[in-house]
Amino acid sequence: MVKRGSPGEVVIRVRGLVNVFGETVIHDHVDLDVLRGEVLGVVGGSGAGKSVLLRSIVGLNRPQSGSITVLGEETAEIDSESLKGLQVRWGVLFQEGALFSSQTVAQNIQVPMRRWTNMGQELMDELAAMKLALVGLPPDTAAKYPSELSGGMKKRAGLARALALDPELLFLDEPTSGLDPISAAHFDELVRNLQQSLGLTVFLVTHDIDSLRAAADRIAVLVNRIIRVGTIATLSRDPDPWIHEYFCGVRGHAALAEHG
Amino acid sequence: MRNLAPPIRIDSPASVRLEGNARPPRLVLGGEWVVAEAERMDQALRTLKFGGSPEIAIDGAAITVLDSAGAWLILRVQRDLESRRVHVSGPALPDRYQSLYLRLAAEQPAAPIPHPRRRSLEDLLERIGRGTMHVLHQTYDLVGFLGRIAVETWEAVTSPRRELPLPAFVQQIEETGLSALPIVGMLAFLLGVVLAYQGADQLKRFGAQIYTIDFLGIGFLRELGGLVTAIIVAGRSGSAFTAQIGTMRVNEETDALQTIGLNVAEILVLPRVLGLVIALPLLTFFADVVGVVGGMVMTYFDLGITFPAFMREFESAVTLRTLAVGLVKAPVFAFVIAMVGCFEGLRVERNAASVGRLTTRSVVEAIFLIIALDAGFSVLFSLVGF
Repeated sequence: MVKRGSPGEVVIRVRGLVNVFGETVIHDHVDLDVLRGEVLGVVGGSGAGKSVLLRSIVGLNRPQSGSITVLGEETAEIDSESLKGLQVRWGVLFQEGALFSSQTVAQNIQVPMRRWTNMGQELMDELAAMKLALVGLPPDTAAKYPSELSGGMKKRAGLARALALDPELLFLDEPTSGLDPISAAHFDELVRNLQQSLGLTVFLVTHDIDSLRAAADRIAVLVNRIIRVGTIATLSRDPDPWIHEYFCGVRGHAALAEHG
Repeated sequence: MRNLAPPIRIDSPASVRLEGNARPPRLVLGGEWVVAEAERMDQALRTLKFGGSPEIAIDGAAITVLDSAGAWLILRVQRDLESRRVHVSGPALPDRYQSLYLRLAAEQPAAPIPHPRRRSLEDLLERIGRGTMHVLHQTYDLVGFLGRIAVETWEAVTSPRRELPLPAFVQQIEETGLSALPIVGMLAFLLGVVLAYQGADQLKRFGAQIYTIDFLGIGFLRELGGLVTAIIVAGRSGSAFTAQIGTMRVNEETDALQTIGLNVAEILVLPRVLGLVIALPLLTFFADVVGVVGGMVMTYFDLGITFPAFMREFESAVTLRTLAVGLVKAPVFAFVIAMVGCFEGLRVERNAASVGRLTTRSVVEAIFLIIALDAGFSVLFSLVGF
């Protein structure tokens, strides 16, 4: 929220991040800053370590070395006390929504509310209905189980759960993968809209160049185990062949041309 | 789980005050209208008495932080008043929260969320009825599945065109048989020890302790060896079958097999059924041997019967027929375990919860059927005079 900090302040600071799985080096001293109030798009080829970066930041993966500070708290140490209290300030949307399959959508949205607030059932129901409306789901979705939802609806429901406590920070892991282009475009629009009206900082991992164009303020490209940050305009002049191919290849061109 | 002290930090608590004397009456809001304060503010707003004034002003200019929960509460008051034909001016909010408020106000008010009804007697009856029909349906399906597998097996064995999936078959024997040896061996040994000890304890009173050996030999070879092995294997391999095939269902691997033109029953079920039908009798024999050894050790320590003396008595008590009666049941148990395991695995729906549920069910059903079948065998054998 606006009062909680000034725009432009660094909310996620990654320094010298190293992630190694077996013999494979995923990140080799990666540095990254995410500023308050921006949508940072994170792209990179399959296996470039986008999701690992996200998991490292939210404390699900312990990096080999390096430091990660989120809202002033260190998260690279998974068992550190400081992680408590951060969970109410961030929301995470996992790739397939990660809805709890034994609970209805409304109950899913109320899980964080139950954990962190003392609200009564009636109020939580009202808020859950409001969140569903915010993410563009029809009211009858509330009583449905995740297995009754389509892929796109699961992602929206997952987003509603991520927004349950009005977090400052929103992590989205490939929110438009597996959606048709029209749903994907609607989802991008939704993210942008919510980001502006709720004052969110968004960490958006994606493959989708259209999403970047529609929603991202800045773009971080994971390539060759390091990271390049810029806008579409600056990155398309980057000498790296992968980045060049990404932004100036056939699909990149089409997406950029279409958006003018 | 309720937290007594929510860790959401509040600097200035939310406040609400109704100035009834002002013209028009003013609802003055201040502080942090955030989700952590929502319950308190919800209560406060519900107790407000607005009276009959035709106009009310909502003044939220003193609000320091507003999130969607707080905004929604304010919006609810506004909508509530407007539905009673009260003219609401405002709410006056700090500029930075106008877009949030307008965003929420743009949504239609949603219908209340339905909750599952509390259970009544009627529901109980309905559940019993449903449960019964479910069991009947499932039995019907299982019989159908049995028939299908029987036909597949017959074709696989007789038709020269099709070969048995030999590597998969051998792998199943290894997984269900060979790697189960340690656990089956250990439990059989312990069971032999317990049986011998208890038998000796009772028979000593009649001076008939030598018959501990008869008791142990017949009891273990005829009944216990096979039963215990089957139950262990049902828990170990039957559950694995359901979980493996179930996970393949979740991953759409079974669908992939079908579109390639491979027969799911032949690829997945046949090797498991045949593998277990071979492996379980072998395991049972192994359990019989180890169990008797366990009893032999126990009688040596407890009764001082030497091993050669034990073997002499054992030879006279136990015939090949005793062993055969125990072993002949094993392939039947194996068939039931594998069939139930695969059948439940193939019924998994495309979600993770269903894998767990059906795995549990597969083990329970398999163990139930084993014990029921064992009882049936006892009756059968006594009828034909074995």
